[in-house]
Amino acid sequence: MKVKLWGVRGSIPVTGPETSYYGGNTSCVDVWEDGCQLVLDGGSGIQRFSMNTTLDSKRIDILLTHLHLDHIQGLGFFKPLFDPDMDVHIWGPASSLRTLHSRLSRYLSPPLFPVLIRDLPCKLTLHEIENSQFSIGPFTIQSRYIIHPGPTVGFRVSSKNSTFTFIPDHEPALGKDGMINDPKWISGIELAMNADLLLHDAQFSNEEYQQRKGWGHSSMSDAALFASMANVKHLLLSHHDPSRTDIQLNNQMTEFSKANNYSFKNELAKEGVEYSLE
Amino acid sequence: MAAYEIEIILNRQLADCLSIPVFITDTKGNLIFYNEPAEEVLGQRFEETGEMPVEIWATDFKPMDEHGNLMPAEELPLVQTLGDAFPHHKSFHIESKTGKLQQISVTAYPIISRTGKMLGAVAIFWKSAKNES
Repeated sequence: MKVKLWGVRGSIPVTGPETSYYGGNTSCVDVWEDGCQLVLDGGSGIQRFSMNTTLDSKRIDILLTHLHLDHIQGLGFFKPLFDPDMDVHIWGPASSLRTLHSRLSRYLSPPLFPVLIRDLPCKLTLHEIENSQFSIGPFTIQSRYIIHPGPTVGFRVSSKNSTFTFIPDHEPALGKDGMINDPKWISGIELAMNADLLLHDAQFSNEEYQQRKGWGHSSMSDAALFASMANVKHLLLSHHDPSRTDIQLNNQMTEFSKANNYSFKNELAKEGVEYSLE
Repeated sequence: MAAYEIEIILNRQLADCLSIPVFITDTKGNLIFYNEPAEEVLGQRFEETGEMPVEIWATDFKPMDEHGNLMPAEELPLVQTLGDAFPHHKSFHIESKTGKLQQISVTAYPIISRTGKMLGAVAIFWKSAKNES
């Protein structure tokens, strides 16, 4: 399985020399194996993915963790949606009140966007998921609701030999004393258990998190603790705060590394980097 | 290992922050969490007992009417909530650890997930003000 990061910034895209190393596009990751391609989240990174990738197949699947704008704002600029020969499948979390089509239409309709979903030329299929398991090509995918405002899922993508877990927005430490020291009581832990690669929310410093409990995001420390309890092999700290420069991210990572000594590999997620999972 | 649904986890995290006794059960009535104030009611600590099957923890209570007659389980708010997935409330008496009758009020509500699935129930216990006099 190969995994490429197209957007690792949180909340809003940023641009400029001070953020060019880790990148300014919002959430988007591409996963492929045996000619089958999945796109996880449709943040602004999906536009670069679509401009720089030649698809081998006439089918593409987009898996949305949730419908906050930084995870869907690139959809309107995703070329396959405008190709009548393409079969596009969008998978997103079910809500108790409105359909996925209705909620996506809030963005993909005037005045926010000039084209209505029903007018998209591709053959589009929407799939509502919850605590689900489904297969696409060589992949088995598990989705599970996790702690983040509004219906939000994380994904565990498994193929023959490897597992990638994608939880870009998540606050497992929400509570009086943070994460409960028992995996049974930790949101999303099943998705990450023994994963080869975990991309997880790490937007805040420890100090920032104390002021922003309930916002739906994690500190670096909580992301690492989560990864440790799930016994992952490699952690990517993601959803970088839009106000954070590359230098600040490096400093934050240095401080984090000084204070922690986890046995698994951990690093800041960086746009454009590709991982090969065996 | 299956983790609990987030609706259950969030209820526990909330209960952990409250100063009133809170009990959380699964759909079968097994006690999966009780907070510190509830430890006083049960006379046991969650860290020591862990989760408790319904047949164990239910016998710790002796729900009685005002005349000291044992109440049938089906009249208890938590049992009713687990049966019909609606909130229920009732005031009754329980025998305290010293054998004294204590009036309490119990409110139970169902935990129904975003997808409409019944996941369990929460019972909140209030000691009646009469006990204070």
